[in-house]
Amino acid sequence: MQAPGIATEAAALREAAPAARRAWSLPAWLQAMPMSLVFLLFFLVPLALIVAVSFWDASEYELIPAFTPKNYINVFDGCSNMSELCVTFKTYLSTFKFCFLTWLFTLVIGFTVAYFLAFYVRTPGMQTLLFVLCTIPFWTSNVIRMISWVPLLGRNGLVNEGLLKLGFIQQPLDWLLFSPFSVVLAFVHLFTFFMIVPIFNSMMRIDRSLLEAARDAGATPWQTLWNVVVPLSRTGIIIGSIFVITIVMGDFVTIGVMGGQQIASVGKIIQVQTSYLQFPLAAANAVILLAVVLMIIWALTRLVDIRKEL
Amino acid sequence: MRIREPRGFGFYALALFFCAFVLFLYGPMIAIFVLSFQGPEGGLVFPMRGVSLHWFAKLMEGVGVVDIWAAFGRSLRLGALVTALTVIFSLLASLAFRKKLRFGSALFFVTVASLIMPSIIVSLGIGLSFRLLDSGLKGLFTAVGWEGALESFTTTMGLYSSALGAQLTWTLPFGLLVMFSVFNRFNPAYEEAARDLGATPWQTFRHVVLPLIGPAVVGVAMFGFTLSWDEIARSSQAIGDLNTLPLELQGLTTTVTTPVIYALGTVTTVVSFIVVGVTLGLMALLARRRRGGAQR
Repeated sequence: MQAPGIATEAAALREAAPAARRAWSLPAWLQAMPMSLVFLLFFLVPLALIVAVSFWDASEYELIPAFTPKNYINVFDGCSNMSELCVTFKTYLSTFKFCFLTWLFTLVIGFTVAYFLAFYVRTPGMQTLLFVLCTIPFWTSNVIRMISWVPLLGRNGLVNEGLLKLGFIQQPLDWLLFSPFSVVLAFVHLFTFFMIVPIFNSMMRIDRSLLEAARDAGATPWQTLWNVVVPLSRTGIIIGSIFVITIVMGDFVTIGVMGGQQIASVGKIIQVQTSYLQFPLAAANAVILLAVVLMIIWALTRLVDIRKEL
Repeated sequence: MRIREPRGFGFYALALFFCAFVLFLYGPMIAIFVLSFQGPEGGLVFPMRGVSLHWFAKLMEGVGVVDIWAAFGRSLRLGALVTALTVIFSLLASLAFRKKLRFGSALFFVTVASLIMPSIIVSLGIGLSFRLLDSGLKGLFTAVGWEGALESFTTTMGLYSSALGAQLTWTLPFGLLVMFSVFNRFNPAYEEAARDLGATPWQTFRHVVLPLIGPAVVGVAMFGFTLSWDEIARSSQAIGDLNTLPLELQGLTTTVTTPVIYALGTVTTVVSFIVVGVTLGLMALLARRRRGGAQR
């Protein structure tokens, strides 16, 4: 009779195991502590201070704790004038414009690329290879990727030279570089990645039999795309959109480099004010930007629960 | 064998689009690789006036007043530290999320918020916090009459304080999300089996869980390093006196008008590529070893 012996032995082990677990296993709160502390010290406290300081006063060389709406009034200075837009509204309008164009292009390009990868590439190996090919540039320097447009789009760049040689233009085009055009181009170049990854991820979860069912029921490829694939990729589309929109709304690096430091954006205003140590004013601008971005995200997250999708 | 349908018009149209996209991604980068080998008389644009290593030699001497190699070293050291902390903190936190964690959803919410918060706001906030800390400390030194400290004290801002924190707010969310996506697909039966066989939690983690999630941990490390190596927006207002390489590079775009900046671009891109290559190789190796182990 061997079986009972083994059974008791196993039972003994099982009893011993929880004791050992208690001895070794760290409590959950302790494991989560380092990350929580980083976010507390470098994210939550700074955010709280921004909100506080946006109501402070400042002299030339120091911050003065106070409670004054002065900074906000300053930000919206002249905005009650209806005949002409004030600087703040103009800047937001231009930032929204960049945001919308970038969102549109990254969405269309990102969706198409993800759609091709997910449904038209047949072997998983090839799929992985092509996906990695699309993501590798993301791991390289953004500034380098921006200035890499200079030899192509500059006054004497390849595009102008080519167009001149072909006789399409008589004068080099000036709007190719350091212009709103090059800013949007760089945004699309840099951030389509953020659309491809979540949309591809969503598409890979779509049950292939649904597509077959749609086809069997007589749907055209376009109908299948629009009525089956797009709704089922919604989560990816929304996550990608949140990424792209929040990045562009706060951007100052891309707009700075690709706009030749001549184009205004909300992020750039905050950066300039910070570098001149006008902290209360920069903080007020940051609070307003934060409110705008939160409203956009809130609207988008009404449509999705991120945590379920990982 | 499955019979394959012939590829239709849709496939070729999409394949063409995909190729155009890849060209769009890589084309400009290839242009500056080529141009960094520009001859000594050559300029920022094509045509090439000879082929030389002239601009790399110039780069070795330094670019203008900026000590580029010191910045290079600072970026490497900071990147290494950010990588280590990102891996350890994300791994620990992801393990915590698998148990019952009070305030778990709050921590998750903050993590996602940190990821999508416009970077300039985070940067401003950290810069501001450290400035207030500085004036607080100065006030304290004055109050207790500690003259020596007051004279030698300049700022608490720096590479390994404010800039490190700023970069972690950017790398940790990526790290945690990668770990989450792994553990969501993780089969707890392996751990239960190990436990039933009498393994301690540490043994279970070391010999069962870690080998299974190894490739993902390597992936988190790559996120940590490459994101730190290129980080500008979050560290920009929180860096203190000494800049990292990407910050110097951003400054150089407006002042440098020779191909030396392309040479610098080529060098930093090569570093990124080496890191990505090593990582992907390591991940493949770990995955193969795991499969090999399963067959044995």
